[in-house]
Amino acid sequence: MFTLVSQLVIGVADLCAAFLFMFGLKRMSSPATAPSGIRLAGLGMIAAVLASFLYLFTVDPAARPHLLVNISLAVTALLIGGLGAWFVGRKVAMTAMPQMVAIYNGMGGAAAGLIAAVELFGGHTHGVTQLVVTLLGGCIGAVSLSGSAIAWAKLDGVLNKPLRFKGQQLVNAVALMASVAVAGVILASVLGVGGLLLPTSTWIWIFFASALVFGILMTLPIGGADMPVVISIYNAFTGLAVGLEGFVLQNPALMIAGMVVGAAGLLLTVIMAKAMNRSIANVLFSNFGTVAKAKSGAIKGTERPTEASDAAIKMRYASSVIIVPGYGLAAAHAQQKLYEFVKLLLAAKVSVKFAIHPVAGRMPGQMDVLLAEAGVPYDMIFQLDDINDDFATTDIALVIGANDVVNPAARADKSSPIFGMPILNADKAAQVYVIKRGQGKGYSGIVNALFYSPNCNMVYGDAQAVLVKMIEAVRGLGAAAA
Amino acid sequence: MSFDIAMTGFVALYIFMLAAFAGWVIIGNVPAILHTPLMSGSNFVHGIVVVGGLFALFNASTPLEQAIGFFAVLLGAGNAAGGYAVTDRMLAMFKTSDAKPAHAHGHGHGKVHHLKKS
Repeated sequence: MFTLVSQLVIGVADLCAAFLFMFGLKRMSSPATAPSGIRLAGLGMIAAVLASFLYLFTVDPAARPHLLVNISLAVTALLIGGLGAWFVGRKVAMTAMPQMVAIYNGMGGAAAGLIAAVELFGGHTHGVTQLVVTLLGGCIGAVSLSGSAIAWAKLDGVLNKPLRFKGQQLVNAVALMASVAVAGVILASVLGVGGLLLPTSTWIWIFFASALVFGILMTLPIGGADMPVVISIYNAFTGLAVGLEGFVLQNPALMIAGMVVGAAGLLLTVIMAKAMNRSIANVLFSNFGTVAKAKSGAIKGTERPTEASDAAIKMRYASSVIIVPGYGLAAAHAQQKLYEFVKLLLAAKVSVKFAIHPVAGRMPGQMDVLLAEAGVPYDMIFQLDDINDDFATTDIALVIGANDVVNPAARADKSSPIFGMPILNADKAAQVYVIKRGQGKGYSGIVNALFYSPNCNMVYGDAQAVLVKMIEAVRGLGAAAA
Repeated sequence: MSFDIAMTGFVALYIFMLAAFAGWVIIGNVPAILHTPLMSGSNFVHGIVVVGGLFALFNASTPLEQAIGFFAVLLGAGNAAGGYAVTDRMLAMFKTSDAKPAHAHGHGHGKVHHLKKS
């Protein structure tokens, strides 16, 4: 009787969870409804987790003597993992969000991989299909774990340079083949074709180790500017791994949630790759930096530096300004100062808009979140296609810490490695100011033709320091007038 | 009578296919401005893996399985709780300039603050 009721309750709870996840994500189609969406999804999660304690009534006979230990382990793990991550998540700076997403991808991937490990070590899987799916999910989960760890290290600045060497693709291919081969061996030995040389459990260890190594190797050569694509891919991977383990555990809620996340990650990956005019394969397997070095110095003219205060006063007396933020804004934590400056412009009746490129920053939508954090209302924020025609009729474009996304070479110069990439037409504004840490090239190492164009002035310095000066300059004007 | 869910390979494939399509369409409607919270929100959603971890841990009968199950639950719970915390925080930050102009134009509720999407 208990068995029946617990099955029913688990089934209903999981169904509700799956529904609430989908419905919650659906409500993310507008910033106005999105907060309620995540809360609904949260309810679904709580229901599913609570209901899963009813699994206790249907445990394996072999696990029955360990029931009390297992329960206390489960509660401990839930409390430590849940509360720990909750407090970190409440505190973490918005500029660190790409790192956090990488960590969560890794955690989810690791959990999926560990479930696969339990199934494999415990010999719970039955039949070829289940075994193959377990191995596949485990492999993807492990790749997602180690890959996300490397992505985190790059985003956090622990690893600064993409690591590239000759024959890298070959090494990666060998690592992947090794995982597949070991998976084959495990399959053979579990199905009783015969253990090969080593006991099955050793092969399982080797399997996970090789998948982890592959994840590391695959991510090491990818540069910082390509991080939006990488994060999206690991998001998709983790979703896929969770979905596959859901099949192994015969749990449709996991399958649906995992697959929806997989689709979401894939869609974002495609959007990001498109915004860079590159194929996904190109981001993952080509050495972007080496191509970029080939052409440089083909541009005539010089960069014209100017004072922050001059730039600020020009903007104060302009009638329209479009601001193009990039990773430099996040790196300098300058979003609050930027909005402070914008509020001064708005008070002086200047029309101000923000223009966001899809790959500005280190993850999809990072700029939007930073501006929202500073208090910028989202009706002032415009995406590439919605605003690109406005630059031509705008007095001043202010580029802050963005580089490749405003490089006109992408439109005109066929030899440029970023040729064909959709860019923000900041150069079409009557006057352009660029706030930049210093002379030199951007992350991808490409010379930016915009900086040498006659209507462009450079303001060198840390974005936050420059904005402070700009705010002072405009305030000074107001004081003088009064 | 049993409420056990038994899924054969093909039923599973149908579920995967439909979920993937639904996910693609639903996510396709999320405006670019919300892509970061969408990503952390989907981080949260794949935190459902904690349920699988609990199932594995409850059925563990050797110390190795218990240890692995423990970490699966630990990481899954962290994934879910952390993903929720950051997503909720981010979404609370998105505000319109002010509600007054919208009211003046006669649309009373927040839904009309839709972003321009070409």
